[in-house]
Amino acid sequence: MKISKSYKTVILTGLFMPMTLFILGVYNGIMQTIYRAGVIHQSSVGGINYYQGLTMHGVINAIVLTTFFAVIFGHVTVSHYLKREPPKLTYQVSMLLMIIGTMMDLVAMLTGKAQALYTFYAPLKDSAAFYIGTALLIVGSWIAFFGWVKIWLEWRKENPAKKMPLAILGTFVNFSMWFVSSLPVAYETLVILTPWSLGWTTSINIPLTRMLFWMFGHPLVYFWLLPAYIAYYTILPNVAGGKLYSGNAGRLAFLLFLILSTPVGVHHQFSEPVFTQGTKLWVSVLTYGVALPSFMTAFTVGASLEYAGRKRGAKGLLGWMVKLPYFQQDNYLFGYFICGLILFIFGGVSGIVNASYALNQMVHNTGWVPGHFHMTVAGPVLLVILGMSLYIYTSVSGKTLKFKSLAVIVPYLWMFGVALLSHGLMAGGLMGEPRRTNLGLSYTNPDSPLFNKHWVATTTITMIGGMLMGTAALIYFIVFFTTALSKATAPPQIILPESEELHEEKPIPLLLNMKPWLIASIILTMFTYVPALISVFKYSKPVKNQFQTESPVNEEK
Amino acid sequence: MALTGMLLSIFLFAILYNVFSRKIDVPTCVPYTGTFKKPHIRKVDIQNYEVYAVAHMWAYDPDEITIPKGSTIALYLTSADVVHGYNIVLKGVNLMAVPGGVSKTIITFNDPGVYRVVCHEYCGAGHQYMMGKIIVTDKR
Repeated sequence: MKISKSYKTVILTGLFMPMTLFILGVYNGIMQTIYRAGVIHQSSVGGINYYQGLTMHGVINAIVLTTFFAVIFGHVTVSHYLKREPPKLTYQVSMLLMIIGTMMDLVAMLTGKAQALYTFYAPLKDSAAFYIGTALLIVGSWIAFFGWVKIWLEWRKENPAKKMPLAILGTFVNFSMWFVSSLPVAYETLVILTPWSLGWTTSINIPLTRMLFWMFGHPLVYFWLLPAYIAYYTILPNVAGGKLYSGNAGRLAFLLFLILSTPVGVHHQFSEPVFTQGTKLWVSVLTYGVALPSFMTAFTVGASLEYAGRKRGAKGLLGWMVKLPYFQQDNYLFGYFICGLILFIFGGVSGIVNASYALNQMVHNTGWVPGHFHMTVAGPVLLVILGMSLYIYTSVSGKTLKFKSLAVIVPYLWMFGVALLSHGLMAGGLMGEPRRTNLGLSYTNPDSPLFNKHWVATTTITMIGGMLMGTAALIYFIVFFTTALSKATAPPQIILPESEELHEEKPIPLLLNMKPWLIASIILTMFTYVPALISVFKYSKPVKNQFQTESPVNEEK
Repeated sequence: MALTGMLLSIFLFAILYNVFSRKIDVPTCVPYTGTFKKPHIRKVDIQNYEVYAVAHMWAYDPDEITIPKGSTIALYLTSADVVHGYNIVLKGVNLMAVPGGVSKTIITFNDPGVYRVVCHEYCGAGHQYMMGKIIVTDKR
């Protein structure tokens, strides 16, 4: 599809800007593995202290890059399938708000005014600019969604007989869930934290802020993940040379995410006061429910890949695995997708351990947790972001991909890096190694009375993994930026690979209508969070606490 | 689909079995009052202790607890300032110390030794130095 100049500018900016910031995110990630391994026993390097760097690593990689990509991928998907552009006002205002929000966050983090990590747990205080910036970034992403809804309604009027394309359903499910679940965090940042940070209010209910954060924080991970799922269902079967095994299975998986992703946030809080064991157990069970659509996806995508392998002439039970197009320069997307999927097998299984109620006691807040989520968010999520960013940037700008041979090896190198990093973190985590801690100053410093020799080996493996990931990222940056800064060779266009469905399936009315699922989602969320909210007020009290990270002096007294 | 169902049922069974039959449970909560902010240890009888622990930037109070082996501790934990963690390493005891709330758990120490308590929630610049000890002695 042809593309207007302003739409093109927004899409390219939305890829280029966060990718530039990602350099800073990656740098701070590598630095953490070096601090933790005890190679350096310092609190800061190059003017950025460990926790400030960790805040940047989390905010840039997990909120900025992911949200920008979800919006840009949404623009391209919706426009590709509906063959039209959203209203100019919506995509421009959306991008503007997201950029302003990101810049506010960036300044707050670089000047050290926001270093309470990306979860910004009160009563550690960040500057109000950080809270408002984060809220603007989120609100900006909503506005893009409103534009898509408008052109979708137009399209449906013109094409009453056609069913909603699977990729559009996935995108709409994702942003509906995102809209519902980011209301609590918008309330937390704008109504509770901003006035508190500015000194207009003095007392604050900490358990309430934590509950509101995780009500958003868990759906957030699905918001990262669903664009990758959309790519796995609608693009991967095509680039593998096959067809999608079942479209209806894909629809059901997306709709299950819609109802189950919001009410499970409390599973991040099994170790906390304020929630009863009943609430915790109920949420643990619901979390198994949300594992279901992921199991289904593994099966459907696996079956689609097997079909592709057999079509390429594979024989025997597992021969199809060998026949897939692993290292092809003109089909680099496949490598990014398959490496993400392989990591996600382990990411998913370790996630089930986290969700498992009593088992969580062994691993909560230890290195196990970042070990797990680097195999999800730095696995399928990031690899799809990297692969699709190259694809979208080249097609929308009309430029040709440079250094194709390098672009092909990036995902494999990255995958090995993540595997080592996560192995080190998880092994250490099982021995109690805490996450988010500058271990080099104490636990991995032989001169400290806190020294623990068991954590030296695990943090060293983590560091080697981090170095491999850093190398892969460096190669990727060379490919991305030389491509982005080259001259256009073809007319710009919006295009995506489309996968056919293997079987002609009967349309199931329930899978074509989002409304009942949206209602079920709200009911289930109420069913979980009304008792949780009652517990918060029954078991906790607001406190007059406000602290800067450097000092144990209460600013409210 | 059937396989998935079976797998999920096994998981569910494992959780419920551990909770209800083997009594392995997560921390619970009690209503918060200001009295929890006074750290102290109370010996209930020869085997049972109540520990009221308060985490603050960047130490625990009490930071060392000495008990004979075979003792059971009812641990009540809160925080005086920001959010802290309380992980008894290799013991599978994992609590959050949240200002304005109290976590409670019951732990039995059968093996003598020094158990390290590590703060595993970021709590400011001194976070990496925040550690406590539970010393379980050999005598009854």
